[in-house]
Amino acid sequence: MSILSMTKTLFKNLQHGPYTVLYPIKKKESFERTRGRIAISIDDCIFCSMCQRRCPTGAIKVDKANSSWSIERLQCIQCNYCSEVCPKKCLTMENQYTSPSFGNVRDEFIKCMNTQSLSE
Amino acid sequence: MGKRTVIPFGPQHPVLPEPIHLDLVLEDEVVVEAIPRIGYIHRGLEKLVEKKDYQQYTYVAERICGICSFMHGMGYCMAIESIMEVKIPERAEFLRTIWAELSRLHSHLLWLGLLADAFGFESLFMQSWKLREQVLDIFEETTGGRVIFSVCDIGGVRKDISADTLKKIAGIMDSMEKELKEISEVFINDSSVKSRTKGVGVLSKQAAFDLGAVGPMARASGIEMDMRTQGYAAYGKLNFKPVVEKKGDCYARTSVRINEMFQSMDLIKQCIAIIPEGDIKVKVTGNPNGEYFTRVEQPRGEVVYYAKANGSKYLDRLRVRTPTFANVPALLETLKGCALADVPILILTIDPCISCTER
Repeated sequence: MSILSMTKTLFKNLQHGPYTVLYPIKKKESFERTRGRIAISIDDCIFCSMCQRRCPTGAIKVDKANSSWSIERLQCIQCNYCSEVCPKKCLTMENQYTSPSFGNVRDEFIKCMNTQSLSE
Repeated sequence: MGKRTVIPFGPQHPVLPEPIHLDLVLEDEVVVEAIPRIGYIHRGLEKLVEKKDYQQYTYVAERICGICSFMHGMGYCMAIESIMEVKIPERAEFLRTIWAELSRLHSHLLWLGLLADAFGFESLFMQSWKLREQVLDIFEETTGGRVIFSVCDIGGVRKDISADTLKKIAGIMDSMEKELKEISEVFINDSSVKSRTKGVGVLSKQAAFDLGAVGPMARASGIEMDMRTQGYAAYGKLNFKPVVEKKGDCYARTSVRINEMFQSMDLIKQCIAIIPEGDIKVKVTGNPNGEYFTRVEQPRGEVVYYAKANGSKYLDRLRVRTPTFANVPALLETLKGCALADVPILILTIDPCISCTER
């Protein structure tokens, strides 16, 4: 008897099928609060450098002279501290994670006529 | 008596989730002595308090360990709050308790899976981790992270849980309780599982006391020691008793952890029933000045946080004594006289967390 204690669970599983999400076909939906990556609405940014000073890993660089804001994606730990201290609330946390890469990715946003993103 | 042989165990070994090295001195198949060596993943996190200000360090503290990350964050925040004499809102205390108990639940489920894996019961391992996935989803939904929550802050918590979500969590706890009962039957009653755990690695009450064992390791040997009974966070308002077993073997340690999981579910439901409305955070200004010593019960046992501040935004010293560090001497004691084939299970029953230990 006691060696068959798993049997009930096993039959239940056979009936249910896989519990895991069959990834490439079906993607897991993220939650509203999921911390994926930081996004900036650069037109609202006043380059006060508050995010740069508070960032625990030093991933954010703000250059007031060139009106640019940049983030080292692999250094960012998605703690959301920058978006909390931002006085203009132009930093937001998106649900999607940064896509995988081989090297360091620094996303730079420059405030000008058109917002652009340059990846190195 | 046979010839003595030394067998190196780890730092890379299929049973070890993290690197620790043991030199096992064997006589035939029996271990007579074990010599540990740690230091493979030291990251210097204690020293980092001099570089990161006390608010930034909240995010570093929770990265000391990936499994009990919330409780590390909570321990650190409690220490700083006490130095600064900040009283956090009651709702925040309850929310902290809910997340802490969910962390205990997921840590013990992870451990059950690893134990099943160590004695080669793969489908039981999958079942335990299947249950754990539900807890991780609760974390992701309420905090935004699955492992590192970044939700504990000095002065309270950064995110609230809505009444609907709390109700949903209580529902998940009910259904999980049934599922956990099913798989815990296998750990408690299955004869093949019992043959691997019963009577293996006995740690007497006296030895556990002398060697300073903590957490489930001490409680399985009959020492009634649970830091939650001090009443930090909202534990003072909840009704619970430490789970204690007497035998001190692997079976007792498994059963303590299984019963603690049911207790955690009960505590979460108690919290949800009486959680008050209100603020979740108070504003903290100024810098800490003074020192404080705090003890928090983690899934693996008691963690000690000591913080010393000097009135600037950088702390002078932070010391973290983690439960695995306290349990290593007890592990060495239980290893003496055991068979080589039981070593993986014995190492797992202290629930080793080497990243914590080395910080």
